[in-house]
Amino acid sequence: MRFALDLFTIVMVSLGGLFFLAGTIGLLRFPDTLTRLHALTKADNLGLGLVVLGLLAQTSSPLGALNLVALWLLALLGGAVVAQFMGAAVRPARWRTGGVSGAREEEGG
Amino acid sequence: MNGTTLFGLGAAALVGLGLYGLICQPGALRKILAFNLIGSGIFLLFGVIAKRGGGALAAAGSGSDGDPVPQALVITGLVVAFAGTAIAVALLVRLAETAGRSTLDTDAQDASSLPADANPPGERLP
Amino acid sequence: MSLGLISDLVLVLLVLSLAVWMNIARTAYRAVVGFVAYGLLMTLIWVRLAAMDVAMTEAALGSGLTGILLFGAASRLAPFEAAERARAPGPALRLLIGLLCTVVAAGLGAVVLLLPEPAPTLAPLVAENLSPTGLQNPVTGVLLAHRAVDTLLESVVLLPALIGVWSVAADADWVGRPSALPRPPASEALTLLAQVLPPFGILVAIHLVWIGADEPGGKFQAAAVLAAMWVLVMMAGLRQPPPVVARGWRELLVVGASLFIAIGIAGIWLADAFLAYPEDLAKPLIIAIEVALTGSVAVFLALLLAGPPAGAHRREV
Repeated sequence: MRFALDLFTIVMVSLGGLFFLAGTIGLLRFPDTLTRLHALTKADNLGLGLVVLGLLAQTSSPLGALNLVALWLLALLGGAVVAQFMGAAVRPARWRTGGVSGAREEEGG
Repeated sequence: MNGTTLFGLGAAALVGLGLYGLICQPGALRKILAFNLIGSGIFLLFGVIAKRGGGALAAAGSGSDGDPVPQALVITGLVVAFAGTAIAVALLVRLAETAGRSTLDTDAQDASSLPADANPPGERLP
Repeated sequence: MSLGLISDLVLVLLVLSLAVWMNIARTAYRAVVGFVAYGLLMTLIWVRLAAMDVAMTEAALGSGLTGILLFGAASRLAPFEAAERARAPGPALRLLIGLLCTVVAAGLGAVVLLLPEPAPTLAPLVAENLSPTGLQNPVTGVLLAHRAVDTLLESVVLLPALIGVWSVAADADWVGRPSALPRPPASEALTLLAQVLPPFGILVAIHLVWIGADEPGGKFQAAAVLAAMWVLVMMAGLRQPPPVVARGWRELLVVGASLFIAIGIAGIWLADAFLAYPEDLAKPLIIAIEVALTGSVAVFLALLLAGPPAGAHRREV
């Protein structure tokens, strides 16, 4: 039983790490702010979810498990709001200039 | 070489970098940032000393393996550093609103183009 | 080279490169972004140094609240930055200053390498004397029992700090509300966050105060979380910052330190020393001080962030 739980944790946390890696590569490689946000929020939310799922197998008390799930939900909330914010900040500049690099002009001011 | 010593050397480098910014940056806000960097480096030095001294407490079976005295001092230090930064920022924003500059130079080169104190605060800045 | 040491090395290199970035960033705004990321990495370093209490304070206060303060200042001062850049020192002078700073850093580094072995420490003394206080968390023990004078002075020093911030206001603005908080454009996402998050934040703060007696946590961490929740609500525009002339808030500010001093003075008769606690009452008294100080410090932090009062004509823009 112990071994199965450990294996589950290792697999899930590694999968989560993979999603984080993919998200980070997306953050570095995608051409503009909106697609980068997409990489960040999608991959990181899923990655963190998998890490939390993996760690759930290691908790000794239900309260600890609840803590982990609450952490994930709060991270989801924070990520979603920040993504909305950044999206709203880039959108007008993007449409005004008609280019895909509108975000960069926005940053300077 | 262990992790604690590594952090100690990093803290020394942080103080050096902060000092460089404090002297070199012309803008007062950048100076405030640099000053926070120095403070953070000094706190980290405290933390390194706390970690070095902590072995005894772990041996006594008290869970944590840091020296709680420097740790408690760093916590109060962080709160006071925040308060100090808040005062510095408030003074700086006020200076910019009334004198029209954000540097600490005393020559009135920039200020001469703007009527100091005569403008009602806030009309120029959003 | 162990795995732990490698991760420590990566952490130190990341922190140092962010510190360099803070020096070379073109605008103050970018430098502040670097500072916030720096604070979060610093939190990890504190965890590695087995200082959970400090890590929590650094994350909430050093990175979070200071970040809001500096972001607000950076966007207000952005129009002046072009004039600043013209005043930067020339390359020769920079080189000289760089050399000087390298010498300072090298000196400190040498001190770190030459620290005495075994390390002098007060930890055993704290561990021996922790049981009379009824606490389990040695950091809280130091803050409220062994070095209570420091903590008292530190909670009192917030008052002159706030008076200092308030006193930069112009006379005509005195009756107004503080206005230094950044006010992002209204958005449904922010409103939702400001409505959903505070109940959780308040719960976390109560939890932090409560477990602070026995585990990492305590009044400063809880106060920073509470202040952050209030600031979030104010930034979302759901509540206005209170006017600085409001009496109730002022009373809340001094209640924590007043209780601390009152219990401290009572200690002269009950336990033979200023700020000493009677043996059997130590834990309840410490928790009472913690709770009162949490409220006061939270209001202090939020009002320090909210800045000096401003006239009505200023708030509209």
